[in-house]
Amino acid sequence: MSARLFTLLRRDLGLLLLGGRRGGATLPVLFFLAVAMLYPFAVGPDAPLLARTGGGVIWVAALLAAILPLDRLIEPDLEQGMFDQWALRGISEELIVAVRVLAHWLSFGPPLMLAAVPASALVGIDADKLRIVELGLLAGTPGLAALGVMVAALTAGLRGGAALGGLLVIPLAIPLLVFGAGSLAIGGESGIALTAAFSLVLLAITPFAAGAAIRSARG
Amino acid sequence: MQDCRIAANTLACRRGDRLLFRALSFALSSGQALQLVGANGIGKSSLIRILAGLAPAYAGTVERTGTIGLVDERPALDPHKPLGEALGFWQRIDGPADNELAQLGLSALLDVPVRYLSTGQKKRAALARLLGQKAAIWLLDEPLNGLDTRGVALVEALAAEHCRQGGICVIASHQPFNLPGLQRLDLLEHVA
Repeated sequence: MSARLFTLLRRDLGLLLLGGRRGGATLPVLFFLAVAMLYPFAVGPDAPLLARTGGGVIWVAALLAAILPLDRLIEPDLEQGMFDQWALRGISEELIVAVRVLAHWLSFGPPLMLAAVPASALVGIDADKLRIVELGLLAGTPGLAALGVMVAALTAGLRGGAALGGLLVIPLAIPLLVFGAGSLAIGGESGIALTAAFSLVLLAITPFAAGAAIRSARG
Repeated sequence: MQDCRIAANTLACRRGDRLLFRALSFALSSGQALQLVGANGIGKSSLIRILAGLAPAYAGTVERTGTIGLVDERPALDPHKPLGEALGFWQRIDGPADNELAQLGLSALLDVPVRYLSTGQKKRAALARLLGQKAAIWLLDEPLNGLDTRGVALVEALAAEHCRQGGICVIASHQPFNLPGLQRLDLLEHVA
C-alpha cells in the first residue's frame, strides 16, 4: 500500500510541482512576486504605509496564487478516466485526494514561503514581521491547499468550473486570511494558532467531501 | 487464474428521466464471454459501468467474484507524458508486467507523448494497461473502435486467450466480434 501511495504522490508532484507543459509551481510563484512588485507602484513610495499594509498584501497574493492551479487538480483525471481505474483497483477517492492535497501544498506552500522573502523586501516589511508572515503562511497554506482540492472536486465536470472554483475559494478562505493576516496586526502567535486550527479542520474534511464529490461526478 | 463470476440480476438503468433497459439478467462463469449488442444510445456503456460498479443501477443487483478490468473510450493515460512513462505509472500500481508492449506493437511508440497517438494506438495502449492489470473479468466498451484489421484480430486473440485461461470477457460492441463460444445479449429485447 505504501508503495502505491508513493507512486501516486510521485505522479501528482510530477504534474503539480514540475508541471511539464503546464507550468507547475513556477506560475503561482511568479504571479505572487508580480503582485508584491506591483503593490508599491500602485500605492506610491510611502514606506511606513507599505510596511504597515505589506503583510496583508502578501497574504492576498498567496491566496490568489493558490487559486491558479485549481483547474488541473481534479478535472483532468476525472476526464481521462483515471478515477475509474483507481476505483476498480480498490484505491479510494479519499486516499487519492489526501495525496493530492499533500502534493498541491508541496507545489505552492514552500515555494511561496521562499518567495515571501523577496516579496517582503519589495513591500518593505522588516525581519520581525517577516517571521510572523512566514509562520502564518506555514500554518495557513495547508488549509488553502485542502480548500483548493475540495473546491476543484466540487466543480469538476461543471461548465466553467475553473472560474467558478476561484470564486468559491475566496469566501471560504476568509477565515484563514482574517486570522493569518490578522496575526500581523496584533503581532502575536494566537492568530497563527487559529489559522493552524482552521487549516486542520479543512485538512480533516477535505478527503471525505472531495471524495464524495468525485464519486457523484463520476456517476 | 482464480475462479471468477459475474452475474446481473434484473438490472434496470435510468438516464435522466428515461428508462434505458430493465429486467436484464445474465450470468457468466470462468472462461465465458458475452457480447452486448444494440444500437447507439441503447445503454451498452451504461451497462458496462453498472457491471464495473462505477455507476449505480436503478434496480437490480450485480454479483462479482474476481477483479474487474475496464477499457472504455478514455485510455486513462496522462496525455502529455510519453507512452512508456504513462504505462509505467500503472505498472508501478499493478505490479511488473510481462511482454504486453511487444504483443500490442507498442515498443516503437514508448517515447511518443500519449496525446500524439492515433485513436487506434491509444486503444492499444489502453489494452496494454488492461493486460498489465491481470484482472479476471474484462469489461470492454467498444474495444474495436479505431483499430485496423490487424488490431481487431489482435484484440480478438487476446480475448480468446483470456477466456482460455479462465477469465471472463464482457464486450459491448456494435461490430462483429469473433470469439469461440461468444454469447450475445441484445439490449433491444430489454428496452423499457
